[in-house]
Amino acid sequence: MIGLIVAEASLLGIFVVAYLFYIGKSLHGPYPQDVLEVPIFNTMCLLASSATVELAVRALRQGDRRRVGTWLPLTALLGVVFLAGTAKEWYRLIVEHGLTIGTNLFGTTFYSLVGLHAFHVAIGVVMLTLLTVFAWSGALQAAHAERAELVSWYWHFVDGVWIVVLTVVYIFGR
Amino acid sequence: MNSISDTLDHPEEGAPGQLPVLARLHEWVVTVDHKRLGIMYVVVGLVFLLVAGLEATLMRLQLAFPDNTVLSPQVFNRLFTMHGTTMVFFVGIPIVFGFANYLVPLMIGTRDLAFPRLNAFGFWLLFYSGLLLYFSYLAGDGLYGAGSAPDVGWFAYAPLTGRAFSRGNSTDYWNLAILISGIGTIATSVNLIATILTMRCPGMTLGRMPLYVWMILVVSSQTLIILPPLSAAQIMLLLDRFLGAHFFDTQAGGSALLWQHFFWFFGHPEVYVLMVPGFGFASEIIPVFSRKVIFGYALVAASAVSIGFIGMGVWAHHMFVVGMGSTPNALFAASTMLVAVPTGVKIFNWLGTIYGGRLRFETPMLFCLAFLFQFLCAGLTGIMLAVAPFDWQLSDSYFVVAHFHFVLIGGLIFTIFAAIYYWFPKATGRMLSETLGRWHFWLFVIGFNLTFIPLHFAGVLGMPRRIYTYPADRGWDVWNLVASLGVPIQGAALVLFLINVVLSLRGGKPAGNDPWDAWTLEWLTTSPPPDYNFETIPEVRSRRPLWDLKHPSDPDWLHE
Repeated sequence: MIGLIVAEASLLGIFVVAYLFYIGKSLHGPYPQDVLEVPIFNTMCLLASSATVELAVRALRQGDRRRVGTWLPLTALLGVVFLAGTAKEWYRLIVEHGLTIGTNLFGTTFYSLVGLHAFHVAIGVVMLTLLTVFAWSGALQAAHAERAELVSWYWHFVDGVWIVVLTVVYIFGR
Repeated sequence: MNSISDTLDHPEEGAPGQLPVLARLHEWVVTVDHKRLGIMYVVVGLVFLLVAGLEATLMRLQLAFPDNTVLSPQVFNRLFTMHGTTMVFFVGIPIVFGFANYLVPLMIGTRDLAFPRLNAFGFWLLFYSGLLLYFSYLAGDGLYGAGSAPDVGWFAYAPLTGRAFSRGNSTDYWNLAILISGIGTIATSVNLIATILTMRCPGMTLGRMPLYVWMILVVSSQTLIILPPLSAAQIMLLLDRFLGAHFFDTQAGGSALLWQHFFWFFGHPEVYVLMVPGFGFASEIIPVFSRKVIFGYALVAASAVSIGFIGMGVWAHHMFVVGMGSTPNALFAASTMLVAVPTGVKIFNWLGTIYGGRLRFETPMLFCLAFLFQFLCAGLTGIMLAVAPFDWQLSDSYFVVAHFHFVLIGGLIFTIFAAIYYWFPKATGRMLSETLGRWHFWLFVIGFNLTFIPLHFAGVLGMPRRIYTYPADRGWDVWNLVASLGVPIQGAALVLFLINVVLSLRGGKPAGNDPWDAWTLEWLTTSPPPDYNFETIPEVRSRRPLWDLKHPSDPDWLHE
C-alpha cells in the first residue's frame, strides 16, 4: 500500500508541477483570480472525514461493530458531499463562466488536477461504501482491521493531496 | 494426480499425450505461479526482441548504401519508433521483470510473490499492451484508410504528437499501449518490493540478501517514482488529443518543453531500471565463475542505491540543446558525471572479484566479461556526452545512437544472455550447449562491435539520427556499410541461440540441482523447482547459504 501511495503521489505530483508551471500563462480569461472561490466547506468535509475514518478503524480494532457501522458511512457521506461540492463548483465554472478544459491553460490544468483528485475521492468513496456494506452485513470483523486500515491510509493520502491541491490551486494559483 | 503435476512441473519432459496441449496451455494462461509468469515474461520479451531486431535489420538495410530506396521515409519513421518503443517497453522491461519474478522468491527462500494474482494481472497487462501497440499496424489510421504504426519517435516529442501533426490514431496506440504497460509494471514493482521486504526466509537479513535482490529492490522502488510521471504525461496527452486540452499545445500557450521534462524524468531513470538488474546478474555470475566471494558486497549494494538516487536527477542531460540556460546545463552535466562514480565503483568491484580468482570461462562468464568491456566503452562515451558543449555538437547524431546501443546491448543484452545461460538449467532442468553457446557469444560480440563502433564515427562526422537516407558525398558510406554488415552476424548469433534453446530443451544434458557449484538459495531446490519451491523453508546464516552447507567445517558466517 505504501508502494501504491508512492506511485500515486508521483502521478499527482506531476499534475501539480504542470499546474504550477502553467500558472499565469493562460493567453486569455477567465483567469483563476476572477472565478475561483476557496472551497472552505468542502475542505472541512474532507478533513473531518479523515478523523471519522480513523475513529471507524479504532472501533473496528476494539470490535465495536455499532460504532464502525456509524463512522464508516459517515466518512463515505462526507466524501460524497465533497464530490457534490466539486460538481457544483464545476457547474458554476462551466455554465456561468464558460470555462472548460479546452478554454485556456487554466482550464486545462485546473480540471485535470482537481478532476484527478476527485476521481481518487470517488474511488475512496466506493471502497468505503463497500466496507460499510460489509460492516452492516457483519462480514467485517475485528480480524480485518488491518485491511480496513489500508483503506484508511488511502483516504488519509487523498486528504493530504487535497491540502496540496488547495494550496496550489486556490491559494498560489490566485 | 502425481503424474499430472509431474507433467506440469516438467512441461518439456512429460511424455506427450499425458495432458492435451490445450489443457497445458490453459494451465499456463491461468497460472499465478511466479516461475511460470517469469518464464512467460522472458519468452514474450525474447519474441519482441526478434520483432524489434527485424525492424532494426530493415533500417540497417535501408542505410547500408547512400540514396537507398528500400524503405520509404514514412515506413522508416514507423520502424524506428516501433523499434525503440518495443525494445524499451516490451523487451527490456519484461525480461528484467521476468527474471525478477522467477528469481526473487527463490533467492530469498519463499514460495511465491506477496500478491500472486496481482503478478498475473501485471503480466497480462503488459502482454496485451504489446499486442495493442502492434495492432496499430492494422488500425493506426482508424477510419481514415489503411493502417499504420506510430511514427513520432519513441519519446514522442510534442507538438509532433498533437492532433494537427499526428492525424489518425497511430499516436493514440502508442500512448495507450505504454500507459497500460506502465500500470502493469507499477503493479509488479509494488509486488516485488512487498515480497523482498516482508517474505525473506529466516536469517536472511537485508545484509545477507543476494545482490541481485538488492538491485531489484532499487529498481522497483525507482519504478514507482519514475513511471507514474510518464503515465501522467500520457494522460495529459490523451486529454490534449481527445478533450481539446492545451498541455502541450504551443499555440495556446502550452509548452512542448514540459513534455520533454516529463518524458525524460521517466526516460533517463528508465535506463537505470533496465541496467541495474544487469548489474545484478553480473554480481551473481562473476563471483561463481571466479570462485570467490563478491568483492565489497556492501559497496555494490550501496552504489546501486546511490545510482538509483542520482539517476533521478540527471534527466535534463537529454535536453542540453533545447536552450535551458547555462545554470541547468551545468547542474545536469555535473550530476551526470556524478552518476558515473557509483557505476565506476561497481566496475572495480567486479574486477576485484575476478582478480586472483580461479576463472571458469563458461558461456555465462564470457558474456559477463564482454559486458565489462562493452559497458565501460558505453560509460566513457556517456561521460563525453555529459559535457554540455560536446553534446551540443553531437546531440541527435549517430554518436548518441551508438552510445546508447552500447549501453543497452553491451550492458543489458549481454548480461541477459549471461543470465539465460546461467539460469536456464534451473528453469528447465537442462543445460544449454556450451559449444553453441560459444559460437553465439563470439558471433554476437563481433557482430555487435562491427555494427556499433562505426556508428560512433558516422556520428562524429555529423550524421544525424532518424534520417532515412543520406547523400554519397558526406564520408558516411563506409561506416554505414560496415555497420550494416555487422547485422547478419548478430542475426546468425541469435539464430544459433534459438537453435541452442530448442535442442537443449529436447536433449540437453540434465542439469541437476546445482550445475555451477553456486551459492545462492535457488540452487538448493530441484531443477526445475517444484510449485512450492522449497519443501521446508530454508534458514540462512550468511550471504552464501549453499557454501555453508557444502563446507560445514569452514562456513561463511564465521567470517562475516
